[in-house]
Amino acid sequence: MKLGFSQEDELFRQECADWLNGQMAGEFKDIKGIAKLTGSPERRKEWEQQLAAHRWSCIGWPSQWGGRDATLAQQVIFAEEYARAGVPGRINHIGVELAGPTILAFGTEEQKRQFLPGIAGGTTIFCQGFSEPNAGSDLASVRTRGRLEGGEWVVNGQKIWTSLAHISDWIFVVTRTEEGSQGPKGLTFLMMPLDQPGIEVRGIRQINGDAEFNETFFTDARCPADSLIGAVGQGWGIAMGLLAFERGVSTLGQQMGFRNELDEIIVAAKANGAANDPLIRQRLAKAEIGLRLMRYGALRMLSQTDHKKIDGAALTYKIQWASWRRNLGELAMDVLGQAGEVTDHAEYEWDMLPNLFLFSRADTIYGGTNQIQRNLIAERGLGLPREPRYVPKG
Amino acid sequence: MEFAFTEEQQMIAETAQAFFRDNATSERVRRAMAMDGIDQELWTAFCRELGLSGIGLPEETGGSGLGMVELAIIAEAAGAQVAALPMLGSLVQAAQAIAAGGTQDQSAALLPELISGEAIGGYFYDSALKVEGDRLTGGAQYVTHGASASLFVVTDNRGMWVVRADDPGVTVTAQTSMDQTRPLARVALDSAQGEALANPAAALVAVHRAAFIAVAAEALGGAQACLDRTVAYSQERVQFGRPIGSFQAYKHRLADMMIEIEQARSAVYWAACAVDERSDEADLAIHAAKSFAADTYFRCAGDMIQLHGGIGFTWEHDAHLFFKRARSLQTMLGSGNWHRERIATMILGEAA
Repeated sequence: MKLGFSQEDELFRQECADWLNGQMAGEFKDIKGIAKLTGSPERRKEWEQQLAAHRWSCIGWPSQWGGRDATLAQQVIFAEEYARAGVPGRINHIGVELAGPTILAFGTEEQKRQFLPGIAGGTTIFCQGFSEPNAGSDLASVRTRGRLEGGEWVVNGQKIWTSLAHISDWIFVVTRTEEGSQGPKGLTFLMMPLDQPGIEVRGIRQINGDAEFNETFFTDARCPADSLIGAVGQGWGIAMGLLAFERGVSTLGQQMGFRNELDEIIVAAKANGAANDPLIRQRLAKAEIGLRLMRYGALRMLSQTDHKKIDGAALTYKIQWASWRRNLGELAMDVLGQAGEVTDHAEYEWDMLPNLFLFSRADTIYGGTNQIQRNLIAERGLGLPREPRYVPKG
Repeated sequence: MEFAFTEEQQMIAETAQAFFRDNATSERVRRAMAMDGIDQELWTAFCRELGLSGIGLPEETGGSGLGMVELAIIAEAAGAQVAALPMLGSLVQAAQAIAAGGTQDQSAALLPELISGEAIGGYFYDSALKVEGDRLTGGAQYVTHGASASLFVVTDNRGMWVVRADDPGVTVTAQTSMDQTRPLARVALDSAQGEALANPAAALVAVHRAAFIAVAAEALGGAQACLDRTVAYSQERVQFGRPIGSFQAYKHRLADMMIEIEQARSAVYWAACAVDERSDEADLAIHAAKSFAADTYFRCAGDMIQLHGGIGFTWEHDAHLFFKRARSLQTMLGSGNWHRERIATMILGEAA
């Protein structure tokens, strides 16, 4: 059992750090430290392309498709250094970490040729069409319909919480393609171009004033018949495979971002004297402990090659970081006091810590609420009986 | 990334788990509780037959070498059964102190009998210890397994001494202790003869690290046992026509236990590894592990009682053994608040 990375990996870390810091000090200085996902979208598309030009866009992918065949350790290191350098989040996160790996795993050769170069190159931005107004955490109850008509799929319905749909080029959509089917059966996973008359994207304004996500309406929206991943009716399996990619390497990089947030609170507490309050000291110590435990928890999971040994433990990770970060937001406000409740911006726009406070209310909801996560942990991690399902009478 | 057990560590874990599961049974723990809190047969078997008692102690003194990760593995397995053994005071504190701070002669004279289990060591701190030459006056109220110890390692955080329990200046009084699996004793020194350890500073560091890690690991093992036993119960017990484990209020509590335990596991092995690797993070990690794992254990043991309903409150059920051990671990060797304040000082500096 070892804590660190190999010497070779540490050299790679240096290479990543040097390049990223160079970019953030130079050509892309203007986007350093942007916390909001919607900030400077045009510049951030250029950043995606810059990453691609230097083959840093999707290092875990096969080199044939623009990646570097990077090991898990290297991917972790890159994610850590990315966040440490203060580089803003990937505007094509969905494309690079979800759509791309899904196409690599389940797509045809033709689909790989069609999509992967654009995703890797930062010219095809993807968003995710899973949730619906009546199917948030209960993904299996989606109602958006798809039917084959001539050589095309015709899609009708509505998706919600589609992050960055307003700046994306493509959307992958879970549709119900079998009339009368229920639950996970009869779903098909379609890739659709967003720029078409059948798709309308409306921004949803959030608690922090930002509008990162959207409602996306489909009215006879179209895509070619072969624009599906997997087979007709097999969309649930594809969606679940995709969600597994989500709990991967990015979790470790995410913590470096959290580190920046906690450090900012520590600086504020020292500056305004809150650091002398014994209760604040306890909470900051707890936050520090929690952050470290996330890191070593993730390292434990990524170190384990026998997945059976760690699957249950891996399920605990989402709720762990989401709850930790929500607490961090509250701690930030307790440290800042009223200074956290006003902003110098004329617009309703917040600096890192107040924004963290507001935004982190979403952390315990998206990707499966804390309550859903607890059910998953209990049922899959601990083997407890399933919650009885509600069956309407009549 | 190799933050997972090696094959050898996995083997030690399986051996230790099987040993404690088969031997530190509820009946035997309870028999020991009614006496001096030591299952003598278990202690002898652990020290002499299993041969794991020397883990974390140097080979030249009869130890088996290896490090804090292996020590944690053993403490975790013992904790899972609330084993009634004087391991903490004797092997982790007294022996670690002597190994790290004693001369070669001191180690050679004292460690073999501690490792073989022939002698039991106790350890305590007295900030007001009066030292006159080699004569010590003072004592402590809460010495774990103190009534069974034949020698004590005594410190005032500046010096460290070995005192024989049969010295005429030593008075030991057993206390009736809430946690009967690790009873406390009052030890008074009245001009007792102390043999100074050569390097008390090194001894202190070693004792703190090993003891915080061992206690945290024990808490981890105990917490996991509370969860496992409650999960098993929740699948057998039927109420309102359903196994109680199918109720969401019940499930969520068990899930929360698991979330805490997985973090405690990261904390314990992070700390153990950090000490073994002499990492810069070692001090932060041991304080994190002690405070986090002890709190986790207490929460899980409390939830175990609640989730078992009335039976969990009885003497007959083992839940109270875990609950009382968990409480004692929270208190001993510095409260959670004390450990977190150490971390606060590292990240914020001293409070003004």
